[in-house]
Amino acid sequence: MDVDEPVCLPRLSRIAVCGGTHGNELPGVYLVRDVLKLQRRASEGEEDDGEEHTSMLTVLSNPRAVQQCRRYTDTDLNRCFTLATLNGPTSDSPPYEVLRAQELNTMLGPKGGPGAVDLVCDLHSTTANMGLCFIAYSDCDWICLHIFKHLQRRMPDTPMRFIHLGISGKESYSLDSVGKHGFAMEIGPQPHGGVRSDIYAVMSAGVRHMLDWVGLFNSGAVFEGGWVDVFTLVKNIDYPRDSKTHNITAAIHSHLQDRDFCLLRPHDPLFQTFTGETLRYEGGEPLYALFINECSYYEKGIALSLARKRRLAIPAIRAQTEEEEQADERALTSEEEE
Amino acid sequence: MGEPRSQVSSLLSVCDSTTTSQPDGGGGDVKDVKTQPHLNSEAGNFSTGASAAFSVSTPPPSTLPGMSFHGSTARLSEARRVAIFGGTHGNEMSGVALVNLWIKNSDDIQRRGVDIKPFIANPKAVEKCVRYVETDLNRAFTPENLSASGGDEFPYEVRRAQEINRMFGPKGSPEAYDVIFDLHNTTSNMGCTLILESSKDHFNLQMMNYIKKAISPASCLVLLNEHPLLKYSTCRSVAKHAVGLEVGPQPQGVLRSNIFEAMRVILKHALDFIELFNEGMEFPPCTVEVFRVNERIDYPRDANRNIIAMVHPNLQDCDWEPLNPGDPMFQTFDGKTIPYQGSCTVYPTFINEAAYYEKQQAFVTTRRETLAASSIRKA
Repeated sequence: MDVDEPVCLPRLSRIAVCGGTHGNELPGVYLVRDVLKLQRRASEGEEDDGEEHTSMLTVLSNPRAVQQCRRYTDTDLNRCFTLATLNGPTSDSPPYEVLRAQELNTMLGPKGGPGAVDLVCDLHSTTANMGLCFIAYSDCDWICLHIFKHLQRRMPDTPMRFIHLGISGKESYSLDSVGKHGFAMEIGPQPHGGVRSDIYAVMSAGVRHMLDWVGLFNSGAVFEGGWVDVFTLVKNIDYPRDSKTHNITAAIHSHLQDRDFCLLRPHDPLFQTFTGETLRYEGGEPLYALFINECSYYEKGIALSLARKRRLAIPAIRAQTEEEEQADERALTSEEEE
Repeated sequence: MGEPRSQVSSLLSVCDSTTTSQPDGGGGDVKDVKTQPHLNSEAGNFSTGASAAFSVSTPPPSTLPGMSFHGSTARLSEARRVAIFGGTHGNEMSGVALVNLWIKNSDDIQRRGVDIKPFIANPKAVEKCVRYVETDLNRAFTPENLSASGGDEFPYEVRRAQEINRMFGPKGSPEAYDVIFDLHNTTSNMGCTLILESSKDHFNLQMMNYIKKAISPASCLVLLNEHPLLKYSTCRSVAKHAVGLEVGPQPQGVLRSNIFEAMRVILKHALDFIELFNEGMEFPPCTVEVFRVNERIDYPRDANRNIIAMVHPNLQDCDWEPLNPGDPMFQTFDGKTIPYQGSCTVYPTFINEAAYYEKQQAFVTTRRETLAASSIRKA
């Protein structure tokens, strides 16, 4: 790879913005339901000037859970997008969310196929004090990393981090894995079941800047390379629990509460038992703490997650021109013929 | 023996701002519960309001059952049977954790001469970590529900209310428990709040005064809900003295150490008060500042009843701070400000409580008042 030449990537002609994948994460629900619909209507009304416009789908992912203001009704929708679940045989009475995942895969995918949407942005909120986070499977999807860099530049007052899940694409399970590119936009702190205007404003700005970037990218802009700090998930830590009842016996220590992305060192306070005792982090390696006290993770056995941080170099990129895209297609066709 | 306290002839309501004593401010562990993490700062700052609208009222010397006046001191029966309810709403975690802790090990809640029963009010909701399974238990203790006969056709929480009424009531009877503490959390930035259902309950007023002084300089405010239309039939109303304890901000389903600790400390002082009272201590007359529920304000909605605006950033997290006519109140999704259009300064609370979206409530407004409690002593 010639470091001076930008990497050329296919244009993003179809993108999807999804909210309500968890029905009680309201900022995304409101954004998708109300605002983006207006934006889409406005842009559909624009004159056809012969240019290819990006088509944007807005999706309310889990309408039943939204209606009940619950994370999910039968099972967590955002764990239903493994290839096995999407393509596997369904039982006699499959959970609502499994059927819905298959529907969404038809609408936005199929996952892994050439017809899948180019970009999925899935909106989430968290009770943890995480600011704005991108969550992605890959640490070399230049599209997602460049969108993140763009938001960092445009929203300098918002704490922003890029989280890399560190699992292979084959094991991906979430809605954003259906598109050719995808990421979750996660914003906190926000109690579930409510919407704070400051959180909504950040999410709204984040989505707007993302759409601006897509427009610029598609019209041929070159985005310079640079550096992005990436947090790669290493492991999760569960709460201490009562061996008989399995109920938790401690809460996140007050020194750690709300300090997402701080470096947790061996022997730092981790939990405070209900009887007042401090339990300390016994790992050997200092790691960055995140998703500290996200309420929906109690049932998943996660009090917090731990990550390593590293600085990643990203190349300059630009969209392929029409000629380059056609050349690619011809090359692909002739390969298939051979 | 002396006359009962003379009464102020009418409520005075002063809408122009005048200086009065500030709401309790200052630091301390209990106060820190109000620190709200914001996107752009390490910790939110809570500033207490400077101006005030207040009114003064002295309750007429009416008597409650079990209460008699000797001189100006009210003689009240001992509080022998006390219950602590957690999990009235199954996703309000501090009360659930505290009650489970005390069921397992009751050392911290032992007091001489008092039977204290920790109790999980809505176990099915706790198990699912939801507010309620079929209907809100904390609205279910209506006379109609409690007297209804029947079985499975009633929602779970109505049947549970009847069971709780049998165990801790019957409501309104001499056999009812003396005191029930009902532990709640809120997503609102309310700090520690004691909830009072009657301005004439001198026992409760004295207890709340005791608690406020015990935790000072940390603050614990008192919310009085005696509003004929807005008050509701709570779980705790089964007892002779109902005490609500609301601590926030804490998201539903989440357990925060500082919130848990604050609730534990307040209950400790409440139980100390009961022990002292039962041992014969006389509590001299006192005044208690309360915030009296005034009005419920809903979100602006469209024709389909969908919410079209959010609590304004200037109002978000500003529970107990004065809201003046013309101040920003809501912000539409496209950024327009909707101002408060009441005629008078009010003190909003329960601002953006997530559980109240379905109850058509963005916040309640309150008016400040000072209640006088007569001196009390056990009979």
